[in-house]
Amino acid sequence: MSRRSLLTIADLDRAEIARILRVGNRFAEVMERDIKKVPTLRGRTIINMFFEASTRTSTSFELAGKRLSADVVNVKGSGSSVEKGETLKDTVITLNSYLPDVLVIRHQSVGACQLAARHTQAAVINAGDGKHEHPTQTLLDLYTIEREVGPLDGLHIAFVGDVAHSRVARSGIRGFQMMGANVSLIAPPTLIPRDAEEALGVTTSTDIRDVADADVVYVLRMQLERMGPGGFVPSLREYAATYGVNHGRLRPGQRVMHAGPINRGVEISGALADDPKTLIERQAANGMVVRMAVLYDLLAGPSAGAEPAEHPIGAVAV
Amino acid sequence: MPVSGATGKVLVDQDQVRRTVARIAHEIVERHAEPEKLALVGIHTRGVPLAARLARLIGEFAGAEPATGTVDIALYRDDVGLDARRGALPVVGDTVLDFNVAERAVILVDDVLFTGRTIRAAIDAIFDYGRPPLVQLAVLVDRGHRELPIRPDYVGKNLPTSRSERIAVHLAEVDGADQVVLETVR
Repeated sequence: MSRRSLLTIADLDRAEIARILRVGNRFAEVMERDIKKVPTLRGRTIINMFFEASTRTSTSFELAGKRLSADVVNVKGSGSSVEKGETLKDTVITLNSYLPDVLVIRHQSVGACQLAARHTQAAVINAGDGKHEHPTQTLLDLYTIEREVGPLDGLHIAFVGDVAHSRVARSGIRGFQMMGANVSLIAPPTLIPRDAEEALGVTTSTDIRDVADADVVYVLRMQLERMGPGGFVPSLREYAATYGVNHGRLRPGQRVMHAGPINRGVEISGALADDPKTLIERQAANGMVVRMAVLYDLLAGPSAGAEPAEHPIGAVAV
Repeated sequence: MPVSGATGKVLVDQDQVRRTVARIAHEIVERHAEPEKLALVGIHTRGVPLAARLARLIGEFAGAEPATGTVDIALYRDDVGLDARRGALPVVGDTVLDFNVAERAVILVDDVLFTGRTIRAAIDAIFDYGRPPLVQLAVLVDRGHRELPIRPDYVGKNLPTSRSERIAVHLAEVDGADQVVLETVR
């Protein structure tokens, strides 16, 4: 790879994450201007490849690129040659011939971005690959928590719900821990990954009342599209009754997050989803500035083919 | 405090820096009778404290302080991702222009004027906030070697240099003391 990619949250260390969040603050300032656009990435090309449904991630990535003055092209699974049976590899090779600087990829298969990165000279950003990882979601979650709640160090964040199929949780657990937070998982036993405590360094519980210990309650969507025919829960109605998060299960001061899309009345009550004290809307708004920061971080450093620096995208210059 | 691997020679001492900044402030007052229609915008890093000092002095001399602001040029550089010698990602500082840019003459303030590329970037940044009626440039040191058709309106010291030399402006607010040092990188 001649460029640095962002395939998993583990591609970043604590200092790099802190740097991206700092730059995100600057872009938040740009968004307050009348002219919400800076010329930083003019002449660069970003291709967004979304093979799976997306509203937030695709829109915010497109706007992030455009507000940095890059040329942005969007390729969707439906309506492209993918429908004619083209493989991911061949699609990437084709798009690579247009010399993009970045490929942003969302795909239903785990590891799709790793595969794509082997066939392009562009930086690859994983915008969600199956139930594997979604690193930019974690960055915007960290940004949101830092701004709205406070420093991550020592904070307790509880993921509630379908952990097993959640790339938001998989990237989030790692990222939150990297920044010093404690993470717990609360879900029915069928939706907690096996050996999670040992493998991920988290505490687990099957009792929804344990949300009381958390500073931040991160509600996960039931990912029916990834569950197949297997019966992970007896019924959505029973799941909602047993694990659905609502005002009655929270104590005052607890902050609620959800990566969207929301299934009202399933993992979160409609009333809670509409409560302006949750961070859900902030998460969506912050997605764009954080994705601007990621694009800046990957593209504004020394160019591809340059002599490899000690830190490919650079230590902070003073 | 010279950079390691470099030798330093003090060209302008603390007292001279103070008098030079005061003279620039006088020159600005001479050409701008109404500080209420003026804004001093410092370019990160050392232009920021310089702009603040000038604003204070103008306030003393003219009876009213001009507006101040800061501008960071990282997002407007002409070498983003191009210069392989830059080992690091340019740090993005904050841009604060909380006055109406269209209603005030803007004086950009920086410590050293060299190629002029920073000034070009700063002008572009300012124009994303509005259309100022006038933009001028004040620098503490002009060291020559311009690569763009840009000239300063207010100059503290003209210090001709060779390209291998480095002019380091130290300011109390950032570096602990005021002085201008010529560094020859070995």
